[in-house]
Amino acid sequence: MTTTERVFGKSVRRLEDPRLITGKGRFTDNLSRDGMAHMVVVRSPYAHAKVKSIDTSTAAAMPGVVGVYTGQEMAAAGFGGIPCAWVVPDSDTQTPSHPPIAIDTVRYVGDAVAIVLAESEAQARDATYAVDVDYERLGVVVNPKAATEDGAPLVHDEVAGNQCFHWTVSGGDVEAAFSQADVVVGETIVNQRLIPTAMEPRAALGDWDSAMESVTLWVTSQNPHIARFLLSLDTGIPEHKIRVVAPDVGGGFGSKIAHYPEDSMVIFASQQLDRPVKWTETRTENYLATTHGRDHVEEVEMAAKSDGTILGLRAKTWANLGAYLSTASTGVPTILHGLMLSGAYTIPAIHEDVYGVFTNTTPVDAYRGAGRPEATFMVERMMDLVARELSMDPVELRRKNLIPPFTDGHEVATGLIYDTGNYEPALDQALEMFGYEEARKQQSAARAKGRLVGIGVVTYTEICGLGPSEVAGAVGFGGGLWESAIVRFHPSGKVHLMVGVSPHGQGEATTFAQIVSDQLGVAVEDVEVVYGDTDQTPMGWGTYGSRTTPVASGAIMGAIEELKEKGTKIAAHLLEAAEEDVEFSDGVFSVKGSREEGKTIQDIALAANTAWSMPEGVDPGFEASSFFNPANFVYPFGTHIAQVEVDPETGEIDFQRYVAVDDCGPIINPMIVEGQIHGGIVQGAAQVLWEGAHYDDEGNLTTGSMMDYAIPKAEFLPKFELGKTETPTNVNPLGVKGVGETGTIGSTPTVYNAVMDALAHLGVEQIDMPLTPEKVWRAIDEAQKGGN
Amino acid sequence: MEVSIKINGANYERDVEPRTLLVDFIREDVGLTGTNVGCDTSQCGACTVHLDGSAVKSCTVLAVQADGASVTTIEGLANGELHAMQKAFTEKHGLQCGFCTSGMIMTAVKLVESHPDIEEDDIRHGLEGNLCRCTGYENIVRSVAEGARQFDPHSPWEMEPAEHKITLREAERRARERSRA
Repeated sequence: MTTTERVFGKSVRRLEDPRLITGKGRFTDNLSRDGMAHMVVVRSPYAHAKVKSIDTSTAAAMPGVVGVYTGQEMAAAGFGGIPCAWVVPDSDTQTPSHPPIAIDTVRYVGDAVAIVLAESEAQARDATYAVDVDYERLGVVVNPKAATEDGAPLVHDEVAGNQCFHWTVSGGDVEAAFSQADVVVGETIVNQRLIPTAMEPRAALGDWDSAMESVTLWVTSQNPHIARFLLSLDTGIPEHKIRVVAPDVGGGFGSKIAHYPEDSMVIFASQQLDRPVKWTETRTENYLATTHGRDHVEEVEMAAKSDGTILGLRAKTWANLGAYLSTASTGVPTILHGLMLSGAYTIPAIHEDVYGVFTNTTPVDAYRGAGRPEATFMVERMMDLVARELSMDPVELRRKNLIPPFTDGHEVATGLIYDTGNYEPALDQALEMFGYEEARKQQSAARAKGRLVGIGVVTYTEICGLGPSEVAGAVGFGGGLWESAIVRFHPSGKVHLMVGVSPHGQGEATTFAQIVSDQLGVAVEDVEVVYGDTDQTPMGWGTYGSRTTPVASGAIMGAIEELKEKGTKIAAHLLEAAEEDVEFSDGVFSVKGSREEGKTIQDIALAANTAWSMPEGVDPGFEASSFFNPANFVYPFGTHIAQVEVDPETGEIDFQRYVAVDDCGPIINPMIVEGQIHGGIVQGAAQVLWEGAHYDDEGNLTTGSMMDYAIPKAEFLPKFELGKTETPTNVNPLGVKGVGETGTIGSTPTVYNAVMDALAHLGVEQIDMPLTPEKVWRAIDEAQKGGN
Repeated sequence: MEVSIKINGANYERDVEPRTLLVDFIREDVGLTGTNVGCDTSQCGACTVHLDGSAVKSCTVLAVQADGASVTTIEGLANGELHAMQKAFTEKHGLQCGFCTSGMIMTAVKLVESHPDIEEDDIRHGLEGNLCRCTGYENIVRSVAEGARQFDPHSPWEMEPAEHKITLREAERRARERSRA
């Protein structure tokens, strides 16, 4: 009889790794099918133009070319517009059509105008240059606020003022809060556009089976079940005739949630040619035609009493949606943003107007954090301004306004009910780890010598673990947010766990195996987690919004409990004991006090699968299927502290220290959780220090390659110091909260506030991100001139 | 153009277009897909391989430039047993999605080969040509430091032309290869 070591909370090495460290990853572009043709997309070089004519004849005659198709032909074959899956209620949302290949108008640089199919990718690419498109250029608008002004060019003729929606959130008496305030601070924040830049570019391989009238699509997706559902809407192929496989996916960060035009294009082309068709984007295409993130202009104000009590927050936000609505784009700047404006604080009155705006730019959708980083930045920026105005330490201001500990729900002014929280211990631990008081003394000493040292502190909470399906429906999300799982024991005692979520780097093949191992006493290596294939997994809504572990673990636990009950019945029968006398622990069903005579779960799996002798009323087989629709979202929280030093001569920022104390509930695999936090911190800090997408007035993306868009490198970064507290949620059986986005949500305001803390005494009030040396140097220079 | 390139110890003779990149030769002509392509401007380093003993980005080398050369890819790094650097990456959680990993490991092997006592700052600097979006580099740096400590410089395919002992498995493989030729 063996006992398996309990693995919950252990840094078990990842089961995903062996194939990935030996070059055997199954990324979509690595796949190939017999007879496969290659697709390359002809893209618009103009941000806004009428397509007057397209001549494909020269391209079609080029070597290796097997087909050239336009949007008209795709529409004629019955392919409809790309659906938007989120229409926020009470916002008068306009949903202009989004043909997968533009038919008469192109609306951003990178908009597809034709596709070329050839025997090789190089031949297809050569032929794209021979597709002759006659454009008539139209007026261009790229800035979301400018797009709403009178006379701005219209991206879609039918959408007046380029306004896609106007959404509001309101709670408490905001007018009263501001009229009673001793201090009001405010700022116009440009939360700049970011390019997600998953290291694996997108790819899609479609294989139409004309005999079965069905299609298989291998695709770089975070949510293959959603992809299948949405594909059934625009391709006209019924959902049960579509198989979507997301094999190994090389990072997503939100950019692989959307149903993209190219997914439908390869299916269309495969139907036309009756051959498999593969498309893989170049990095430049990725920057042009894969969704971007953020891009808000926000006018924010906060009201407070002179003792530091926060009274209210109000804001107007213009959210750039790009040229078309991507899958979740309207939900990001509204539900995932506006509802989080209370942050970790008691703010009695909150009001925000959000204007979703079309522009001639790449569509904007979720990017790591998706709405919550923008909200957290607004709140945390205002907190620092209030502290400065009142000459209070920013830590003390935060401590004064933190929501007190709660274990069973806390409602904030926006209407959200946070699940559980205990914010001060995380703050105290972070201050202790950082040596905050000493650091402030050193900062003063350094400042006296003319050195510009800054410290930024942020206490955050965020909404994740999306979420209760009833809420999904109420806020206009076009799907559910529950998860399902099947735990299947084979006769030999080995286990398949099939889940509807679709991890792509987050390590749940390991984490979920740990849950099964810990609960049922089988070795981690004996559990294969199956995900990413709609034909092999039960329905689920995918991996985003830090939902995979908090939601799917509920379904896994449901199946586990069912197996424990069934195993107890079978064991009682085999042991000739009463059911109530049988207990289960560490993989063994036994009569209390006689564990040695007990039956292992593998014995039970064999007995149930053979079914030679089953108790009355118990079915053969040893598997269970479970669904979990969470009762609430989960709200992880924590405190982050950063230290920077700015070189007054050059404006360069030395990113020196970063302490993060996060609380995501009980931790299943600390190694994996720390990895998530590290990666998150860097993406958030990168928004402050390096990254920013930029369009010129003609709508050209001037940061269209990795030469121009600054992805952080190892040498830019300090070593991170992590701490944790563990406050379980009560919305799932394991008490776990999500952790995929906390780093990003916390780090942007933390690093920004640190830099501003270094510069504020010089009179520098604000610098738009990213804080490049030139901008910082100019700000210092201007402040000093102004002071003279 | 005819090229003959030795990859992971085996010779590949192919007729390629002059513009064919080494990475495309490796992925498309030879079918070794462990070497990934993450950009088109030689920034990301996902395609790093060893070319005659040096770490190079195989997207910046034409296949015809590698004619007659010996290339090691991620698939050739292990020799029945994982290379110390591969082990270090899994032990220290130096990968998440795994897309940059092949290039990261190939760069790391060459980085530490000549610096077994490499310091953290030098590791960070030495990885400047390799981008990762998942890990924040923290655990990659730890992995490379661990790999350096465990490093055996005699990785299997790079012994030629230097004289080193080879494993039984490699000797058998070479014998089979010779008899087929």
